[in-house]
Amino acid sequence: MSTEVSTGVIGVVGAGVMGIGVAQNLAQTGHEVILVDTSEEIVAGAVAAIRNNCRMSRLLGGPALDAGEVLSRITPGVGADAVAKADIVIENVTENWDVKREVHEALDAACGPQAIFIVNTSAFPITKVAAVTSRPGQVVGVHFMNPVPAKPAVELIPGFHTTPRTVERTKQLLTAMGKKAIQVKDACGFVSNRVLMLTVNEAAYLVHEGVADAASVDEVFRSCFGHPMGPLETADLIGVDTILYSVEVLYEYYSDSKYRPCPLLRQMTDAGLHGRKSGQGFYDYTGAGAGAVAGAS
Amino acid sequence: MSDQVQEQVREFIGGRYPDAEISESDDIFQLGFINSLFAMELVLFIEKRFGITIPNDELRIDNFRTTRSMAELVERCSPAAVGAKA
Repeated sequence: MSTEVSTGVIGVVGAGVMGIGVAQNLAQTGHEVILVDTSEEIVAGAVAAIRNNCRMSRLLGGPALDAGEVLSRITPGVGADAVAKADIVIENVTENWDVKREVHEALDAACGPQAIFIVNTSAFPITKVAAVTSRPGQVVGVHFMNPVPAKPAVELIPGFHTTPRTVERTKQLLTAMGKKAIQVKDACGFVSNRVLMLTVNEAAYLVHEGVADAASVDEVFRSCFGHPMGPLETADLIGVDTILYSVEVLYEYYSDSKYRPCPLLRQMTDAGLHGRKSGQGFYDYTGAGAGAVAGAS
Repeated sequence: MSDQVQEQVREFIGGRYPDAEISESDDIFQLGFINSLFAMELVLFIEKRFGITIPNDELRIDNFRTTRSMAELVERCSPAAVGAKA
């Protein structure tokens, strides 16, 4: 069996919240990474975020990290051509079909025929993504959790045509990253988001309808069920915009009204209240007037 | 100084968790609803509010468990304390 998985360069495409976490996780476990997005500014921002995350690593129960050492394994780049030589490419772009399709077409044209594409998605069917490439046997889904370096497990989703060798190589990489892979079949939303997105969407409806404010909704989940975080805190962590896109994907794919997105999620997305990453979501993270904001008025 | 720091930290925690009633020695992570992600926010809040940079070796969860331990941290990292050590 080849061992190139742990020695080859890994391309990480999309330098948002998930791409940042994946790139950091790979680098801190000894992998050489090329991190790309659509502009140098976005990637520079991602590098700064990784530096800060390394600093905070121990607070999240992670190892003490030398940011300089971690970043020395990450090469910034722009566009699909920058990952042309990667053995494995992990795609982490926005949960929007047009964006996913365009990126995978570009990667398919840029990368060598041996390269494996890992689709990091919480919702899109892997078979659908694989179909826009010329290598459906080498496309596999991995649903990483946020924050990636701190989460011990992922969902691993082979598509209809994914080969056993692709699955095996992906498992090797995940093991090297310190992740347990829980394999499930390819269905829109997989296991996690079929349940989680409905929960978050319904929690948003409760705030939207004035049944309870965000803090009270989350308090019920923490105090009554013993969850470490409530659904709206979770939404702020994942990104309110990402939640909306994921619910929209489920709604479109299953044509089932139970996935109808809450208008509050749409309004917050339009207003730029995207959660922790934007400083405000269902809660305020700016430090100025910290507290629940959405639905408070 | 220490009391002022504790009061401001308590206000910040209260802004997010209005029902939290904490004394200076309560372990906030034992209350059941504050997680380690909030510790990251505490770091950013403390550094901004008190104009200090917390050294990496001080970024341990134990330094953020109680308002007293946070006040002691601020004292250790304040320019006067750092200057005195140098």
